[in-house]
Amino acid sequence: MTHAFRLFWFSWLFNVKNLTTSGFFMLNATISPIFFATIAHYMFESGSRPGSLLFAALGAGMMGIWSSVLFGSGGLIQWQRWQGTLEYVIGVPPGLMQIVLPMTIATASIGIYSIASTLLWGWVIFDLPLDFVHPMWFVVALVVSIVSLGLLGLVLSSTFVLLRNANSLANLLEYPVWLVTGLLISLSLLPGWTRPISYVLAPTWGIKALRGAALGGDPAPAIAACLALGLVYLVIGHFTLGYFEVRARRTATLALR
Amino acid sequence: MNSIRVFFIGGFLAYRALFAWIHWSIYVPTMLGGPIFQILFFAYIGRYAGLKSDEFFVIGNAVAISSVAGIFGMAFTIGGERWMQTLSSILVTPANRLALFLGRTLPNIANGIIVSTVGFIVGWLVLDFSLAPSEIPAIAVIVAVCSFSCTALGAVIGAFGLRGRDIIFFANLFVLTFLLFCGVNVPLDSLPNWMQEVGNLLPLTHGIEAAREVADGASLGDVSDLILTEFAIGLCYAAIAYVLLRVFEVESRRRATLETI
Repeated sequence: MTHAFRLFWFSWLFNVKNLTTSGFFMLNATISPIFFATIAHYMFESGSRPGSLLFAALGAGMMGIWSSVLFGSGGLIQWQRWQGTLEYVIGVPPGLMQIVLPMTIATASIGIYSIASTLLWGWVIFDLPLDFVHPMWFVVALVVSIVSLGLLGLVLSSTFVLLRNANSLANLLEYPVWLVTGLLISLSLLPGWTRPISYVLAPTWGIKALRGAALGGDPAPAIAACLALGLVYLVIGHFTLGYFEVRARRTATLALR
Repeated sequence: MNSIRVFFIGGFLAYRALFAWIHWSIYVPTMLGGPIFQILFFAYIGRYAGLKSDEFFVIGNAVAISSVAGIFGMAFTIGGERWMQTLSSILVTPANRLALFLGRTLPNIANGIIVSTVGFIVGWLVLDFSLAPSEIPAIAVIVAVCSFSCTALGAVIGAFGLRGRDIIFFANLFVLTFLLFCGVNVPLDSLPNWMQEVGNLLPLTHGIEAAREVADGASLGDVSDLILTEFAIGLCYAAIAYVLLRVFEVESRRRATLETI
């Protein structure tokens, strides 16, 4: 148990440090959410929704978490392959899941930078009062959202690697998920057929939980939905990761780009 | 004659060397799919905010997505030569540098026009937006000029690829800057003065304003001042790019850093 925890902790820490040194990930996690929060803020202020600063800050923060997961987890196994470390990751005694899971959760964890930067931006530039309605629930909602998105990252990492041009798929999926999960809009604006897609994506419930905790409302159901989805992602990720490993070993393509 | 050959054929080959983009499986999701969803994303925020009609966001974003091709295309075209270790082979030739580097902008300008056109078509198909047939030629001219000015700025970023490593960071940063400062999604007069001033120095701002006026019924002549300003901004960035490319080339030779990655 101690060994498993230690492995999780160091794999997580390694990837957090690794991503933190990347200009691309820092842009996605800190600068990009600030730009989107500013755009949304001015759009709301100029339109008919003044006073939506916290709404914009939280939504843009969650956008940053999704971007980190999408690019960080989506390309995780491929990146190990490019670095020539995939054979070692698979060759070591612990299962592949024990190595990959903390790393995908790390990609979601650097999303904390996103939430922190957009809230700080609102507070410093626009005097946004950070007096959340349920501060403790906010912390719980944030942690659960990050874990749930990290588990979604596990699914992405093990499925994207099966595609030849996974990076381009990541480029494609950034805006649609921001849109369909209602990070800066109300879901009721979207066509009805998008609703099932929204409901199976963790950011939908994550942002709902964060808004409930910060702006008022009951965040518990959204947190529960986030947790339940996380478990589903874990089961799917377990199978897809196993499939990738067996396939790569059988076809001897572990080190092939 | 040789310079013309370098300009056209060199530029074409350099663009084809971006084979990772040209393959449809990367081109469609990256150059068309992502930008199209950008249009939808901001149109829906616009609806939620009750800010402007779909037309405002389709025009703003469809013109702005030409920058994705111009900025990233040039950053990869010039920076990519260094990554692929082909830069020294190019710079050792006596080819005219103006033809060599500016020739590389031409395919990216064309690509920007294609991306933008697809954006307008999707906006017309999916959102509440339409253009009168008589407005299309003027919009096409504006898109071409904006694509040129963005590609010129992309060449400036690409020039830094001869010196720095992380130019994709700056390419991303400029695309974000356009979204905020150039009136793509927020009316310029809603932004603080200093942001408007910055926006006036960037590509796209005048082009987008011209396109919106055309969609509101203005003729090409009515917006000629805006188009010429957009073109002049593009020329300024092209001149800066050329100077930087020359300076960094000389510097790289002197410091022997041409192939340092």
